[in-house]
Amino acid sequence: MLLLSAADVSIERGERRLLQDVDLSVASGQVWQVLGANGVGKSSLLRALAGLARFGVEGSISRFEPLLYLAHAPAIKGALSPLENLRCHPACDITSTPAQIAIALDAVQLSGFEDQPVGSLSAGQQRRVALARLLLTDARLWLLDEPFTALDGGGCDWLEECIRGHVSTGGAVVFTSHQPSRFSELQHDLDLANYAVS
Amino acid sequence: MQSVDRPSLSLLTAFGRQFRRHGQALMASLADVANPLLFFFMVVTLFPLGLGPDPQQLASMAPGILWVVALLASLMVSARMFASDFEDGSLEQMALAPHPLSVLALGEVAAHWLATGCLLALVSPLFAMMLGLPPQGLGVLVLSLLLGTLCLTLIGAVGSALTVSIRRGGLLLSLLIIPLNVPVLIFGSAAVTEAVMGRDPSTWLTLMGALAAGMLALAPLAVGAALRISLDS
Repeated sequence: MLLLSAADVSIERGERRLLQDVDLSVASGQVWQVLGANGVGKSSLLRALAGLARFGVEGSISRFEPLLYLAHAPAIKGALSPLENLRCHPACDITSTPAQIAIALDAVQLSGFEDQPVGSLSAGQQRRVALARLLLTDARLWLLDEPFTALDGGGCDWLEECIRGHVSTGGAVVFTSHQPSRFSELQHDLDLANYAVS
Repeated sequence: MQSVDRPSLSLLTAFGRQFRRHGQALMASLADVANPLLFFFMVVTLFPLGLGPDPQQLASMAPGILWVVALLASLMVSARMFASDFEDGSLEQMALAPHPLSVLALGEVAAHWLATGCLLALVSPLFAMMLGLPPQGLGVLVLSLLLGTLCLTLIGAVGSALTVSIRRGGLLLSLLIIPLNVPVLIFGSAAVTEAVMGRDPSTWLTLMGALAAGMLALAPLAVGAALRISLDS
């Protein structure tokens, strides 16, 4: 089942055209890794796919299902506890009860930190709070911008398992990363070097 | 296709959660809440020093002074209303929520108003007594400030939403919203002056109420649209 399709997408930032004629169709069961050097437009493409950027984006992007977009900025308030951060998440797509959220926090190894202000946790732990959202959402399409950043080895393995699990139940994931490919048989690559404007 | 009957938060719950989120963040940084009150206090103590300690003169100028200082205090805090949400990515997530952005933003604005404008209005009699405002003006002062700061906060929210993505947007913000704040200032200080003189201030208060109601209906739409534009740059 098709979850997202983009055709002839061009992206401009400022006066500069970054990408041209990007075509992408994401169906359930697929994992897409967006590749490219720094500044090539990976994050801009993800923002455009999520529907956040309209100016400077040409071409047609169709989204067939609600999606989850996880940006570089984690949308986490340092003054709030992990539990409150997820319960009152600004995307308003988490309907879980506090008990379910506590289970998700446990899965990202933050049990015991539920009621501490997130600001007092480490960068990796803050990242885990943001990623715990993946366990609570119903969205089938995940757009993840550099999800492996700041995670330790165990965290990366957990995230890999999480993405595999999501894909095996009919979801799909588009993510950017500079890490070597982790999802060998499932994975499709979108190398933005092919679409860069020289 | 599981999308059709996906359970989702009701609009009211979503509004309440944004209110809560922002309120808790504000409560955690008490400095932000105390700042406008401290500013109010300091400026009010400076006026007698500058104008001379004649109680008659101070009392006659008190409504104007109090209102101008309230306006400046509100301007000071509204500049940063959406700044932290913009920086930590919360705004992007709000824009992706299945609910209208204007309603979610209104939840934030409401929490912001309670912590700043509303609090300022409730504390204002203390400052008014420092300036020797006659007691018959106190009630009207509080009422006019309650309505007035609501207007000022909503206007400030529009300005803040428009300038949030601009570095050093503070000056631009002042230029944008001070002209819009002028009617609020005129109605508010006029109401307090009338009450001090022993006349009926209800005309001015009614005008102010109408302004607040109009703002409450229209400003969220402008805030939502402005936030989307700011996110898109």
